[in-house]
Amino acid sequence: MIDILFKLLEIIIVIALLIPIAAMLVWVERRMIGIWQDRLGPNRVGPIGILQSVADLLKILGKEDWIPPFSDRLVFVLAPVIGAVCVLMSFAVIPFSPSIGVSDLNIGLLFFLAMASLAVYSVVLAGWASNSKYALLGGMRAAAQTVSYEVFMGISVMGVVLLTGTFNLREIVLAQESGWLIQTQFVGFIIFLIAGIAESHRLPFDLPEAETELTAGFHTEYSGLKFALFFLGEYLSVTLISSMSVVLFFGGWLMPEPLDSWLPPLVWFILKVFVFVLFFILLRTSLPRPRFDQLLSFGWKYMLPLALLNLLVTAAFKLTGGFYG
Amino acid sequence: MMMLSPLQLMFYLAALLAIIASLKVISGKNSVHSLLYLVVSLLAVAVCFYLMGAPFAAGLEVIVYAGAILVLFVFAIMMFGLGQDETLYTPKIASLSIWIGPSCIAIILLAQLVFVIDSSELQEKLTVNIISAKQVGALLYGPYLLAVEIASFLLLAGLIAGYHFAKPDGQDDHLRLHQPSNEKGE
Repeated sequence: MIDILFKLLEIIIVIALLIPIAAMLVWVERRMIGIWQDRLGPNRVGPIGILQSVADLLKILGKEDWIPPFSDRLVFVLAPVIGAVCVLMSFAVIPFSPSIGVSDLNIGLLFFLAMASLAVYSVVLAGWASNSKYALLGGMRAAAQTVSYEVFMGISVMGVVLLTGTFNLREIVLAQESGWLIQTQFVGFIIFLIAGIAESHRLPFDLPEAETELTAGFHTEYSGLKFALFFLGEYLSVTLISSMSVVLFFGGWLMPEPLDSWLPPLVWFILKVFVFVLFFILLRTSLPRPRFDQLLSFGWKYMLPLALLNLLVTAAFKLTGGFYG
Repeated sequence: MMMLSPLQLMFYLAALLAIIASLKVISGKNSVHSLLYLVVSLLAVAVCFYLMGAPFAAGLEVIVYAGAILVLFVFAIMMFGLGQDETLYTPKIASLSIWIGPSCIAIILLAQLVFVIDSSELQEKLTVNIISAKQVGALLYGPYLLAVEIASFLLLAGLIAGYHFAKPDGQDDHLRLHQPSNEKGE
């Protein structure tokens, strides 16, 4: 019984930390983009603008939460919740440090992929339920994009599974004690990262919500708290993809010999994730948006064969004992 | 009457959810709502798989069925702009005769189900015994290799057919694209 209580406490702490972190990322993003573009960014609320997200939250709470009369009410309300819940559920299998981590699920990696594929419903249903043309187009783009990129996201991480021999994320981290998997799975990592960006609908893969052509895409009709939930989902999934990259390819909380005693494992993990989040933000400031057909043909014609090739070569090396002797 | 363990309770709860959701799938008038219930039903079945000691099958159930195939269904429904009340498009139930065929099949299935539940031999086999991904893989590429290959042939055929349908008509398209510029030139 006491075990269950501790587990519940752990879950509550993880969620209570993740949501404010995701909210803070909005400010981090605006501030970093500002600095990279040689301007200041939001720096008015609190010291160096750190309370900007709190101000944004208050503003959004005060806004009217309007459900369009022409929408499908049930699905319209459900859609943003599905997105946020699926992403939050994925965090359950992520091992944050040797002792922290909600669940050591045997099929942890599959669970992550399953939640990522369920998160599509959020965007697709939002687009459909809004009953407006922009939203529908955004939803359809999201469906096509996510289904395509999911395929090779799954294949790209199979190299990791092949080398470590497990779907359990904690065991995958522990298997990297002799060396991070990025050394042998560089191609797999690049493919996973690209698919991850597409999954979280970030630029340059934000076609479902491309402002210049679709106003706001699938969330055109959303306002107030429901809009905030979409935003939260997006930043949570940025954090999630960063955490997954760290866990799968960059040794999770592990660090090479002299460094690992400097800081506790959890801090190393958070630092690594933060580097990835910054990379995501930098991508947004620096890359243009492709056309939609370019995006899809890039996925199917280049990424999918590359992912399959990576898997094949990894399997061949594993079979001949090429990687770890 | 014996007491149910928490795991059994969870299993029956998930099974009940699956049944209710499946009923909602066929009784709903709005096709998108029906699809959503189908997703719920598949998720509940995945929970059942998991509780019966097949985590790998449970994971694949969610990824493949709920996450990929049904998304395509939703996609198709959005493309055709369906989703409101579809009773207009469905034919009226003319007579009781159309119920005979499905009822026969359902009764056979029901009889089998009752037999399976009743047989104690099967009950023993169903006691939890966790099947890892490795075992599934070894079975698929061992005794069931032929089935896997047949399935892959089927998928390949589907892929080729899809490619054929989606391919723009080479020559016609070429001409159509260039005609306007020719006219301008003349």
